[in-house]
Amino acid sequence: MAKMNMLQAINDALDIAMATNDRVLCFGEDVGVFGGVFRATSNLQQKYGKDRCFNTPLVEQGIIGFANGLAAQGSFPVAEIQFADYIFPAFDQIVNESAKFRYRSGNLFDVGGLTIRAPYGGGIAGGLYHSQSPEAYFAHTPGLKIVVPRNPHQAKGLLLASINDPNPTLFFEPKRLYRASTGEVPEGEYELPIGEAEVLKEGTDVTVLGWGAQMEVIDKAVEMAEKEGFSCEVIDLRTILPWDVETVAESVLKTGRLVITHEAPLTGGFAGEIAATIQERCFLYLESPIARVTGIDTPFPLVLEKEHFPNHLKVYEAIRESVEF
Amino acid sequence: MTTTKSKTVYNPVFTDGAEYRIPTFKLLKQDGSLYKGGKAPDIDKEKALRIYHAMVTTRVLDERMLGAQRQGRLSFYMQCTGEEASIIGSTAALDDADMIMAQYREQGALAYRGFTIDEFMNQLFGNELDYGKGRQMPVHYGSSKLNYMTISSPLATQIPQATGYAYGQKMAGDGHCTIVYFGEGAASEGDFHAGLNMAAVHRVPAIFFCRNNGYAISTPAVEQFAADGIAPRGFGYKMDTIRVDGNDLLAVYQATEAARKLAVEENRPVLIEAMTYRLAAHSSSDDPSGYRSKDEEAVWREKDPILRMQNWLIKKKWWSESKEKELQERLRREVLETMKRAQKLPPPPLETLVTDVYDEVPPLLNAQFEKLKAHIRKYPDEYPKSAAHVQGGA
Repeated sequence: MAKMNMLQAINDALDIAMATNDRVLCFGEDVGVFGGVFRATSNLQQKYGKDRCFNTPLVEQGIIGFANGLAAQGSFPVAEIQFADYIFPAFDQIVNESAKFRYRSGNLFDVGGLTIRAPYGGGIAGGLYHSQSPEAYFAHTPGLKIVVPRNPHQAKGLLLASINDPNPTLFFEPKRLYRASTGEVPEGEYELPIGEAEVLKEGTDVTVLGWGAQMEVIDKAVEMAEKEGFSCEVIDLRTILPWDVETVAESVLKTGRLVITHEAPLTGGFAGEIAATIQERCFLYLESPIARVTGIDTPFPLVLEKEHFPNHLKVYEAIRESVEF
Repeated sequence: MTTTKSKTVYNPVFTDGAEYRIPTFKLLKQDGSLYKGGKAPDIDKEKALRIYHAMVTTRVLDERMLGAQRQGRLSFYMQCTGEEASIIGSTAALDDADMIMAQYREQGALAYRGFTIDEFMNQLFGNELDYGKGRQMPVHYGSSKLNYMTISSPLATQIPQATGYAYGQKMAGDGHCTIVYFGEGAASEGDFHAGLNMAAVHRVPAIFFCRNNGYAISTPAVEQFAADGIAPRGFGYKMDTIRVDGNDLLAVYQATEAARKLAVEENRPVLIEAMTYRLAAHSSSDDPSGYRSKDEEAVWREKDPILRMQNWLIKKKWWSESKEKELQERLRREVLETMKRAQKLPPPPLETLVTDVYDEVPPLLNAQFEKLKAHIRKYPDEYPKSAAHVQGGA
């Protein structure tokens, strides 16, 4: 075990992936000798050469189109989009191409080797275009996997699993935690399962569900709630698509209450999908309405970021209201 | 750091590049003779006849299947008519192991590589033998064994993909390249810019082959771009570029053969603009009489690329009118018989609805599929294509 922050864990995962498989390539804007604007690809070009870790021209649709072609050829491209806010020029390549490549060809061709990494999320004074959480746009697209880690240990294990997964995978990294989150990370290669939520803490009164950087917010809120005597079960969804219905439903069958929180806006956010599904699955067991604590339905603001943000106080209030309903 | 070595001037000097007009490379006249100074590429009789056979197969298939669409036997169709020399001439100049990434009007390339009429029909009718499992619209062919990437409808998406595919080929060091076909309309998409710029920067063995056939559905080329076609854009990316008469099989072949050499031996991507004409409608859903004249079409009918090739073959004594008649009749018969066979085959089984979305069917999708099967069992008469399969206990 070694103590790392999330960036170091991601860099370590990329290093291991490139060392174990010479068809793994890392590319994107500024990922080359500079090592990325967040330094996630530090030293990879120096270690594996310019052919395997390189800068691309500044064109997101090109980066993903190029990555699709490479993956179809049998390589394992790990493409970086500098901020998740700038993934939209590549939306067509991801939604119409990556996601449908295997299905439309009858499995003659696929882009299973593809992984797209992108820093996401707010809380860093990033304003409209350095704060977004776009996972719900992609969750509406069969054929993709969407993974979000919450800490360095998760980041390394889930990124290695994403690179090795035989399906195109979007890996959204909570940039607010890049340096803020540190922890023990196993050395060498290991994978954490994609498609499985993780129960972080057992409880009996209410299930509190989130992913990525929001898990830190949940921890604070739950700490407050437990002091009030509310027993909270905490779940990290980890994979947005395909998501782990069983683990969440099992928990809600027990607690009878569910609070879901994400940074992205409420309307059309992934919490809506979870709420609808759990309502179907657990109707007779629900003791309060399913609560969603999310960003409000505005673009992500700069100065009033704190007001907009689904922070621990808002999550705590939702837990209290849910239990006292 | 800049890569521009530019001289300095002290007055504002604008240029639109018009001083350099890109010439068109031609070898073959319509009567089958060569232009003075031109030399035919090294194509032996066997290869020439393989090319010609693919051209006629494509034409016969297109004519018959458009008819089948008109009769309501087929939901949709798109012809390659008028562009056979561009497509087949370029494919023939490649190694059969080179990757082809096409737009949708390139069935001639498949015909050249040996895709059988059965294989065409299975896709067109989406039957149980279709490699694509009946999921895509007609004409969206694919073949892994013939190195022909499955077609998708979104225009130009295959262009940056070809750049990536070719980069993988360069890394593998297997001496192969990728050719990517697209129309002049698709070249207006952002993915064209992305793909060509990245190809030039990363030096990939790719050939960008533009079929400039004058129209994107109803939009004439003059409403597509203001410049001298697509070729000048190659300069902007510092890409080796050539314009060729797309109805001239020999010129297309020779240009592509030279392009392949640059791509594979020097990792220099190449842009080829083939000047041709879309003789048919855009698709079976389109009627060109609403936007262009019969007179204009007639001019291009005179330049038919298949007749031009046929004239060359006859001049070389490799072909004759009697052989032509025999081939046409044989192909027409084969297409008809194959169509009847393909039409009668059952559709793909119901589970192909949910397989291949991922490598494995996820639990949530599987639950949806079970629910669907129960529904079909309840209303079997409403779902004739799949009911028997579900009742059969699958």
